[in-house]
Amino acid sequence: MLTAEDLTVIRRQRAIVDRVSLDLSGGTLTGLIGPNGAGKSTLLHLLSGALAPDDGGVMFAGRPLTDWPRAALARRRAVLPQSSDLSFSFRALDVVLMGRAAHAGVSTSDRDTAVAIEALRAMDALHLVERIYPTLSGGERQRIQLARVLAQIWPEETGPNAGAGRVLLLDEPTNTLDLLHQHLALRFARRLADDGVCVLAVLHDPNLAALYADRVVVLDNGRVVADGPVDAVMTETTFDQVFGLRVTVARHPTRGTPQVLPV
Amino acid sequence: MTESLGASLAVNAEETDAAARMRRREARTRLSLAGMAALLIACLLLSVGLGAVAIPPLEALSVLSARLGLGALTDHTPVQETVLWSLRLPRALLGVLVGAALAISGAAMQGLFRNPLADPGLIGVSTGAALAAALVIVLGGAVPFGLGTIPGDLLLPLAAFGGGLVAVALVYRIASHDGRTEVATMLLAGIALNAVAGAAIGVLVFISDDQALRDLNFWLLGSLGGVTWDRLLLVAPLMLGPALLTLALARPLNALLFGETDALHLGIDVEQTKRLVVLLSALAVGSSVALTGVIGFVGLVVPHLVRLTIGPDHRVLLPAALMLGPSLLLLADLLARTLVLPAELPIGILTSCVGGPFFLWLLLRRRGLGIW
Repeated sequence: MLTAEDLTVIRRQRAIVDRVSLDLSGGTLTGLIGPNGAGKSTLLHLLSGALAPDDGGVMFAGRPLTDWPRAALARRRAVLPQSSDLSFSFRALDVVLMGRAAHAGVSTSDRDTAVAIEALRAMDALHLVERIYPTLSGGERQRIQLARVLAQIWPEETGPNAGAGRVLLLDEPTNTLDLLHQHLALRFARRLADDGVCVLAVLHDPNLAALYADRVVVLDNGRVVADGPVDAVMTETTFDQVFGLRVTVARHPTRGTPQVLPV
Repeated sequence: MTESLGASLAVNAEETDAAARMRRREARTRLSLAGMAALLIACLLLSVGLGAVAIPPLEALSVLSARLGLGALTDHTPVQETVLWSLRLPRALLGVLVGAALAISGAAMQGLFRNPLADPGLIGVSTGAALAAALVIVLGGAVPFGLGTIPGDLLLPLAAFGGGLVAVALVYRIASHDGRTEVATMLLAGIALNAVAGAAIGVLVFISDDQALRDLNFWLLGSLGGVTWDRLLLVAPLMLGPALLTLALARPLNALLFGETDALHLGIDVEQTKRLVVLLSALAVGSSVALTGVIGFVGLVVPHLVRLTIGPDHRVLLPAALMLGPSLLLLADLLARTLVLPAELPIGILTSCVGGPFFLWLLLRRRGLGIW
């Protein structure tokens, strides 16, 4: 669905992203983890087309990303930024409806409102609908932003494979969220992936990645140092080498997924 | 997700509740817009009606009807007819156009810079125009390139318009690199250019004689006076066209408030939006300044007033600014020409007098909230 080949970004003679190739397919949730400054956000910017690589390229659905008409791309692909500072007094609903901007003329305004409300409900933020966005708390704002990107690629219909052909790129979606809403957000991302959406999430907590992702990519110094199914990647060696942290990998008592515990 | 989406898209209580609240909000917005339209009409009637010769609304309509060949509606006097048709109506219409151009450009500029303190002058259009006008006023006949053959009263607005556009082009050029325009650089380049042009104006003021100084001062503070139908009709499309075209940028401007990267991901052509906002504002403000001189604060304050009453959504903010800007400018002009009869105050003094304190009040009110 989304293919990166040899992506390279060089700043001050240093490769921030170094020949990264990734093939992200529909129906999978990929967790991107790595230490601070590993190049995770830069890679996300490259995959979203916000940043042009110095070398390499990104293909989306078999077409170079740069060839896509803006609006058509925006109807199929949404990006959650790490931070979004909106200081004008829009209401939460207006912010979520902004996600439907590219659907103007394609969708009806009734449908847009219905989708916005569903997206808010999915992020447990429906009660904030009339609140002024800049007056909300950090976590509440994050839920509204999540609802906005969900509304942008909300499937037209229901049923399996309804999300096919759609891409969701999330830069630290759980940032500032409380425990409940971290899981709520990722559970919904998981559900979208099950419906065919290609989801990539930059995550700081490897345990969250282990619980919800099918695949984990570990980035260090701009390079992919590990990439594969959760069980293969989440090993004591990976954490020792990449994060310099001695851990023991245990199993989640009921779900069986690996969970990392510092020694 | 299958079951969740299927069930959840159905109409339910919460959704109808949210939708109903949204509809109520839209109704309030429409009411506010209607109120602003009514205010504009009232200001127009006051503006053409008040002065040394009083012309009540009915007489004003009667003059219009007579002039348009439909016959008089009531007994208006020839003096009323002359005053209305030759003096007050072109002046009022100029006020409407300039108020609209300044207010909508200010709103668009604040959206572009994502900064509620931006005003159309920020990209250099006003100071560029002022410098060119000052050159014409102070250096007078000594103009190069055979421009001296252009009659003096046309040379001034032409030079001002040109000066404004040149300044904006320069600022835009400095801030553009590799097909992208950096908004922050544009802001700083505008500030630098404004400072340089301001210094040059200072030099011109220093070397000018008394008459030139008076002319210059009057021009720098702005006035709606002395406009003729010919000139008004010539410049009207240059103000009205860009002002109306700016309305079409409402959605992209909304998206830009989220930041350029977010706007890009929402499917907006960010670079094109920036180019259009700068071009349309430069045209609208440049032609306004050319006819009236520099009128401050309208472009800054009007969008704020609108945001206070109906919120920041450009889809209503822009049309509302288009109506509120003219109203405020007409009221300011009414005061400018009636406060110190028979003399006339420069309108810029009034807009700054009212605008400055209002702005401070706004800052104090919003202090600590950090929202606009």
